[in-house]
This record gives sequence, structure tokens and C-alpha cells, in this order.
Amino acid sequence: MTIGLEHYLTVAAALFVIGIFGIFLNRKNVIIILMSVELMLLSVNINLVAFSAFLGDLTGQVFTLFILTVAAAEAAIGLAILVCFFRNRGTIAVEDINVMKG
Amino acid sequence: MSMGVFTFYLFAVSVVTGGLLTVTAKNPVHSVLWLILAFLSAAGLFVLVGAEFVAMLLIIVYVGAVAVLFLFVVMMLDIDFAALKAEMARYMPLAGLIGVVLLMQLVLAFGPWTFSEGVDARLGNPIPPLAEAHNTQALGMILYDRYLLLFQLSGLILLVAMIGAIVLTLRHRADIKRQDIIAQMMRDPKTAMELKDVKPGQGL
Repeated sequence: MTIGLEHYLTVAAALFVIGIFGIFLNRKNVIIILMSVELMLLSVNINLVAFSAFLGDLTGQVFTLFILTVAAAEAAIGLAILVCFFRNRGTIAVEDINVMKG
Repeated sequence: MSMGVFTFYLFAVSVVTGGLLTVTAKNPVHSVLWLILAFLSAAGLFVLVGAEFVAMLLIIVYVGAVAVLFLFVVMMLDIDFAALKAEMARYMPLAGLIGVVLLMQLVLAFGPWTFSEGVDARLGNPIPPLAEAHNTQALGMILYDRYLLLFQLSGLILLVAMIGAIVLTLRHRADIKRQDIIAQMMRDPKTAMELKDVKPGQGL
């Protein structure tokens, strides 16, 4: 028995679904939602690296680097907005974030 | 079961468990720690498949920076997480249903995956044999050559993110003393000191 591409794709699919599951489950807690988004990005990275390895093409790994960069930037900006919002409003519950509604 | 297969299943189970406990843990600090476990196991999967550089980068960037950032924010904000968790059970059936449907769709889509005929001839950046260049070297050869513009742009994204995060969290506090250089330079010695004639026994 050997480990093929489909094993890695299954792990990545499970991780992606867990990320979506987490967003639905923690609809009030922005921090956990951000963590779920990180999990989904990680699953995309697993997909890219698996395809890259089993296809024998390095491009997937290069794009993994770029996704990693974007994920780090997104986490930093998201958490900065969160800290800023908490200072002004004293809460991070998602349903209280409606200052900008028209 | 060979060692490689066993290690794959170990890391795979540990990734999925870490992810699942990240989204269900009661305490957000525990969530962050499970997230770190998921990242480390994913790095293990990457090593198994031969992408060592990306694996080490995953540990450095995700575990070393992103997860620690999450940990700091969770500990810094004084939030009643129990109140945020209160309605979690209400969303559980809907979330479970959507999750199962989506997982089935993804497995159906990706399960019967095969590469097309003659795909080896059409590869953009084929992995060089290990004797020629190892993973890090091969990645560097194409990253600094074919993808130089994207590389620089991702650096620009990081710069923008850094400036944005600093601007967002910078707080100008009015209750502390700061050095006012203009006021210091415009200071006039003539008005800085005043002589008062104090009468004996009266004071000012």
C-alpha cells in the first residue's frame, strides 16, 4: 500500500471542511473565525504541495510561499482591526459589529 | 504497513484532530495550541512529500509568528468567552450538515483524480533530480528568476500589512508627557524666568 495523491487531497478536503464548520460553529467569536480561515488556507497549501510533489512540478510550492505570505498579512491586519475594535467598543461579538451599516 | 505509510496516517490524523479541536475547544488559548499542533503536523506531511523548505517555512511563519500573534491577542483582550460560546450548540446541526455535504462533494470531485497523458512533457518547472539540486536550491532557482516580480510584490504586501497593523493599533495617549521639539526650540530665555520682589514676612 502506498500513499498517493488522493490521500493528501482527502486530508486537505477534511481540513477545509473543518474550517467552514468552525466558521458556522463560532459565529460570535471573531478570533476563532480567523483561526478557521487560517485552517482553510493551510488546506489549500496542502493541496498545492501535494499536487506539486506528485506531478513533479515546483510551481505549486512557489505559490504555497505566496499564500503563506498573504495568510500572514491577513492574520496581522485582522488581529490589528480586532484589537482596535475592542478598544473602541469593548466587545468582539460579530453581531455587534454594525457601525458601518447604511 | 511501512514506516512512511504509518507516518502519513499519524500526521494526517493529527492535522484533522488539531483542526477539529481548534474550532470546538471551549478555551481560545487551547484553540491556539491545537492550531499549532495542526500546523506542525501539516509541516510533517510536507516533509513526507519532499517539500522540506515549505515545511520549515510553515513552522517559522505559522507557529513562530501567526500562532503567537493569536496567542497574544487572545490573552491581551479581556473577553468573556463563555458568553460567546453559549449559542454554539444551536448551530451544531446546521454546521454538521453543511460540513458533511461539502466533504462528500470534495471527495467526489477529487477522489478519482488522474493526471493526463504526457503531462510530464508539459510541466512548467519540473523538479530537478535530487543529486542535481535539493528542494531549497531548486525553489530558489525559480523563485528569484521566473517569479521575481511576484516575490517582490509579496514583500510589498507584507510591508503594507506591517504599516497597516501599526497604524491601526497605534494609540496617541493624551495623559503622558512627550517631548515637544518645536516648543523647545521656540523657547525664549527672556520669558522663561521672572524676578519677583518678595517682601520680608509676607511671602508671595
